[in-house]
Amino acid sequence: MREVVPVAVVPRKRRGVELALIIFALGLTLGAYAVVDLNVTGQISASFPYLAGICIGMAALAHIAVQWRLPYADPVILPCVILLNGLGLVMIHRIDLINDPPLNGARQQLIWTAIGLVLFILVVTWLNDHRPLQRFTYTIGLAGIVLLLLPMVPGLGTEKFGAQIWIQVGPYSFQPAEAAKILLAIAFASYLVEKRDVLALAGYRILGIDLPRARDLGPILVMWLISLAILVWQRDLGTSLLFFGLFVMMLYVSTERAGWVVLGTLLFAAGAYFGYLNFGHVRARVGAWLDPFSDFDAYYQVINAQFGMAWGGLLGTGLGLGRPGLTPLARSDFIAAAIGEELGMTGLMAVIVIYGLIVARGLRIALQCREPFGKLLATGLSFAFALQVFTIIGGVTRLLPLTGLTTPFMSQGGSSLVCNWIVAGLLLVISHQVRKPAATVAPINPDVEQTQLVKAGA
Amino acid sequence: MNKPIRRVAFVAMIMFALLLANGTYMMIFRQDSLAAQPQNRRVRDAEFAQNRGAILAAGKVEMAKTVPSKDRFKYQRVYPDGELYAPITGFYSYDRASSALESTYNAQLAGTDDALFVRRLIDMATNKTPKGATVQTTIVPKIQKAAAEALGNQKGAVVALDPKSGAVLAMVTSPTYDPNDIASHDIQAAGKAYDRLASDPQHPLSNRAAREIYPPGSTFKLVTAAAALADGKTPDSTVESPDRLKLPGTKVYLPNSTNCGGTKITITQALKVSCNTAFANLGLEVGASKLRDQAQLFGFDQRHLTDLGGVASQFPDKLNEAQLALSSIGQYDVAASPLQMAMVSAAIANDGVLMDPYVVSSVWSADLKPIETHKQQELSTAMTPDNAKELQQMMLQVVNQGTGHNAQIPGVEVAGKTGTAQSDPKRKPFAWFTSFAPVDDPAVAVAVIVEDADIPRNDIAGGRLAAPIAKAVMQAAL
Repeated sequence: MREVVPVAVVPRKRRGVELALIIFALGLTLGAYAVVDLNVTGQISASFPYLAGICIGMAALAHIAVQWRLPYADPVILPCVILLNGLGLVMIHRIDLINDPPLNGARQQLIWTAIGLVLFILVVTWLNDHRPLQRFTYTIGLAGIVLLLLPMVPGLGTEKFGAQIWIQVGPYSFQPAEAAKILLAIAFASYLVEKRDVLALAGYRILGIDLPRARDLGPILVMWLISLAILVWQRDLGTSLLFFGLFVMMLYVSTERAGWVVLGTLLFAAGAYFGYLNFGHVRARVGAWLDPFSDFDAYYQVINAQFGMAWGGLLGTGLGLGRPGLTPLARSDFIAAAIGEELGMTGLMAVIVIYGLIVARGLRIALQCREPFGKLLATGLSFAFALQVFTIIGGVTRLLPLTGLTTPFMSQGGSSLVCNWIVAGLLLVISHQVRKPAATVAPINPDVEQTQLVKAGA
Repeated sequence: MNKPIRRVAFVAMIMFALLLANGTYMMIFRQDSLAAQPQNRRVRDAEFAQNRGAILAAGKVEMAKTVPSKDRFKYQRVYPDGELYAPITGFYSYDRASSALESTYNAQLAGTDDALFVRRLIDMATNKTPKGATVQTTIVPKIQKAAAEALGNQKGAVVALDPKSGAVLAMVTSPTYDPNDIASHDIQAAGKAYDRLASDPQHPLSNRAAREIYPPGSTFKLVTAAAALADGKTPDSTVESPDRLKLPGTKVYLPNSTNCGGTKITITQALKVSCNTAFANLGLEVGASKLRDQAQLFGFDQRHLTDLGGVASQFPDKLNEAQLALSSIGQYDVAASPLQMAMVSAAIANDGVLMDPYVVSSVWSADLKPIETHKQQELSTAMTPDNAKELQQMMLQVVNQGTGHNAQIPGVEVAGKTGTAQSDPKRKPFAWFTSFAPVDDPAVAVAVIVEDADIPRNDIAGGRLAAPIAKAVMQAAL
């Protein structure tokens, strides 16, 4: 840890910046909502003032919670999240209006936003520090794996659109993979912090790459098998890729051994190839990716998403003036295509850049963090977020085969929204712990760092 | 751990860069081909809602036009006299495609043609709804109406050409349909209307004039006569005309359906009374290859009027003697569209020169600038002028004294040829008539077919049923 921030600089709180950015995000969101109403129905809906009040109130609560408990937290993440969540709401509202009478997907999404916000505030105020999470490595890990495998339980899991990644309890369905993503990121981080020295011991050296010892292969093989199980029984390449990629990446960061990445990539490639050979579902997605027009009816959705974005062109048709309803699932999996249609490729790229900002800030927090658990957790959460955005938006824009992942903060669906708010909360918590001045008041001195580590472990 | 985190950050950066690069790639390289996909409903809907250009007949009569509409599509396609002009305009539907000129001139009518690019830019800049180009056709409403009235409810078709230019003056097909039904903004009703028409056993959607081929029967004797003249015979050359002719190599006899007036008659006489055995013998004398060459010079085995999806008429490839004898009188596998038989008359009328038939004379942009203008084109010299003039006189005899007397117009010299053809013994015969007038300075060439002619099979069918229709059309044109 040579890149310690010079002590003389007392980190600024930057809460004013955050507030200004939040106001900007809210302004964009509410403006866009009004534009949708005007363009579709010709008048602003009667419920708009209430909606504006609720949005402003929720954003204010989030800001106050951060101001109160995490004054040194990163000032960019929360406004970005609010903007994405807001734009998602606007698009869902816009797609609601296609139906006559309008659906109330936006209201549901608002309720889920509120629940997400409550959990965010809980993470911010009650958890406040990520380090205690290290104490529950195995409990959290087990919970994560159970959640991940839950959709395979007969009677509980339901199949939607060819992939079995949902569980259904009464009228509520939910994607446990989203929650598992957080739990496993935490569990991996604390497990690897404990075991990294052992795992870093090199076994063989092939082609200049240090490969791990055979006896240390256990964890990666277990994760590989779980990923394969997801692929086989849940038939979702995206979720499988997300978890395995998350694990391999964290393994690499903690051990600093590139051999793990090589091994992991090979294992994943083998698994994906196996999936391609054995599952029509995976093959269909690859087919739709390579040549969607070979079968118009089968690849209708992917083709229509392309049509939508082509129709929107560079600057889009304008909110409420496109035809996103022609693409099935425009409000969930294909919300990026709806954005691309109505806000144009420019708008979609802006959204991608906002996602990129969140990832960049998250990785920056990881770099600044001085204790390994926080570092690893921030890296894991940020990378999983990046991988998810890459996979789903890449799938919708035909960069990659389509997978069943959600578009964070935007696509309709409670589990994804709530869980991503928790991710945002965790990143803010880590960033506050990183930047709060208590740790940097003392003059620069290797001993201080030592003391800190002891403190952190306590 | 910072080094691997930096590498992870780099990987994340690459992923986002790939997303942005892919978006750029899509806009630059994929957008146009996606917009051109026929299944693209966004483009189709937008096209359906635009201010489509009109399709005009001569005298700026609107066969198809667009009027503002208050529903979800801003403009409605209207065909003021839909049933009359349906074979030319075709229909323009939401999800049942389009046909005829609505289809072939879609880019111009919709205003998406490259030639209208500047116009589109101006409209975009001035925030005006772009308007499509206007398609001007050669159809003459007066002749078209006369043809439709004369044909009435009979199943069949009429084509009238200007022999000197190849312009299609009238094209009627019956039964017809009303394209307004298929262009309706009530998409479901439009779809039902289309499906009903498409499955109608009378085939109202088919253009019998240009897109169907029939055995031409005795009208094909004009081609055989032209081949004989080209082969050195004269109108006064005589030919054996027995009451019945044993088809070479078979035990089948070809009978005459009319009294040929002797067993050795001139070609003029043979044409006048439409003598089967005489023309069979003439064909056998000329030979298959010369007969085929003559047919092809008149336009057989080639598509014409592709703007309306015209199909090629056929003269069979390999013929034995018996088949040649039958082909010489327009039977066996010879098949011709009414358009083709009008072209035969037109070429004879135009002193042997066959003009390329066309229906669109020009296309104008919305600001009345011409984008395309048809250039008249000779397809072939089917006959020498002298032979053509001789054949004109022979056809004049057919009308003045022969089977085509029902086409006589007082004070006008009319030349014509009747025909009756039977494709299937169970079906009723087709009555044909092809003609032109006036002989000295031809203004119109006509072909008429009436399917299922409800009279006994003899050569009078063409003269009795089809000739009066041709007469009405020629009168309207003169």
